[in-house]
Amino acid sequence: MNEFVETLLDLQWHEPKRSYDVVIIGAGGHGLATAYYLATRHGIGDVAVVEASYIGSGNSGRNTTIIRANYGIAESVRFYQHSVDLYATLEEETGCKIMHATKGLIWLAHTEMAMRAERSRSLMNLACGAETVMITPAEAKRLCPQLDLSGGGRYPVLGASYHPGAATARHDRVVWAYAHGAMRRGVHILPRTPVVGLLRDGERVVGVQTSAGPISAGVVLSAVGGNVTTVAAMADLRLPIRTHPLQALVTNAYAQGFGPIVSDSELLCYVSQTARGQMLMGAEFDSQPSYSMQSSYEFLQSVAAKVTHLLPFLRDLRVLRQWTGICDISPDYSPIMGFTGVDGLLVTTGWGTWGFKAIPAGGEAMAELIASGVTPRLIASFGLARFAADHAMADQGSAGTR
Amino acid sequence: MLWISCPICGERPVNEFRFGGELPQVPDSITDADARNVDYVWMVNNVRGVTTERWFHAAGCRRWLTLRRDTIIDTIVG
Repeated sequence: MNEFVETLLDLQWHEPKRSYDVVIIGAGGHGLATAYYLATRHGIGDVAVVEASYIGSGNSGRNTTIIRANYGIAESVRFYQHSVDLYATLEEETGCKIMHATKGLIWLAHTEMAMRAERSRSLMNLACGAETVMITPAEAKRLCPQLDLSGGGRYPVLGASYHPGAATARHDRVVWAYAHGAMRRGVHILPRTPVVGLLRDGERVVGVQTSAGPISAGVVLSAVGGNVTTVAAMADLRLPIRTHPLQALVTNAYAQGFGPIVSDSELLCYVSQTARGQMLMGAEFDSQPSYSMQSSYEFLQSVAAKVTHLLPFLRDLRVLRQWTGICDISPDYSPIMGFTGVDGLLVTTGWGTWGFKAIPAGGEAMAELIASGVTPRLIASFGLARFAADHAMADQGSAGTR
Repeated sequence: MLWISCPICGERPVNEFRFGGELPQVPDSITDADARNVDYVWMVNNVRGVTTERWFHAAGCRRWLTLRRDTIIDTIVG
């Protein structure tokens, strides 16, 4: 027995009603966090979360569980830092174990250009309240003794930025913690209830048509991952979102232990260790958009080649599992949250390769938006209207984006 | 891996190509000229199913192709 072994959470399922104040499409992290914060921070419990499959079945159960705030633009750094802070107290707040562990993240640079990018990232982070500092190769080696500073002879490490606040948490436990907290406060979660259409009253969206019949709603939030353009199309809305597959893999357990998260924006890959001891790694998303969840040998080959340059011990491990999620990529690599221009329909999307770390802050902000009808300052820059205003939030602060 | 049939080079692997996006289709329902421009530049249908797209054979003949691809199974259909 250890602190992570516990009884199953006691989820309270409800009989669905015909009408709710708020209907959220998608019972993943963002949908459930929004429901949770609506119930806890704003006293709005008349909420239904409709889900096509089981809770956390989409990208909430497929991500690589990294929580960090070292992004490249001020708005993002502030937003993700708030999320990092919320994650740190989430166990205490919800009373559910999420296996949160602060590990620190080393972001390696192999060229002078990358060193400049990391220096500017560090300064931007410090200015916006996230701690990121430049470290020497020797310091990187001290933090992560397994690192090959010559990069296999091809990618010598010139330096790195270090983000001590980076953490990991168990992804499905985060989803269950929010589901448990929301359901205890009267939120209805309706799994196996795919949305097949939106109910319209003129231009306004007034509910959802599900496989179990219509459900009317004061406001509908799409917290869908991967298929958001399908939902938007039901309201004749076009979004600047492309759906790309993103793959990841784990190896068998590495008993010696691996402290920090190692990330590399030149090789486009990142490595961390799960609580089970498996080495978890990922890279950039597939270049062409598709809804295919087929894992590819090419991805496996390319990730293996990259990570074994940096961490030669990985050569002795075996790949246990490789999987794919389909994620929503926005043209500026920043999320799209808030009003859509269609009355009654809100979105939280564009979570691309950075959705898990944003679950608490994204959910809290969307709950505040629904409760007050006003976009909170923290996410004001991330509205859909930014594209028409020619104010894209270009940020390639993710290891999964070029 | 996805293979693409190039009219000049024959069957070639997808990593020789650069994805050029779906063919822009601004809906007729948008009438305002500025709104049409915004839609043209940013918005996509991101179809789940068969869609018509542009591909650039970057590491081959360097010609643009127009192809139909099924995004559910990620396969060229014509």
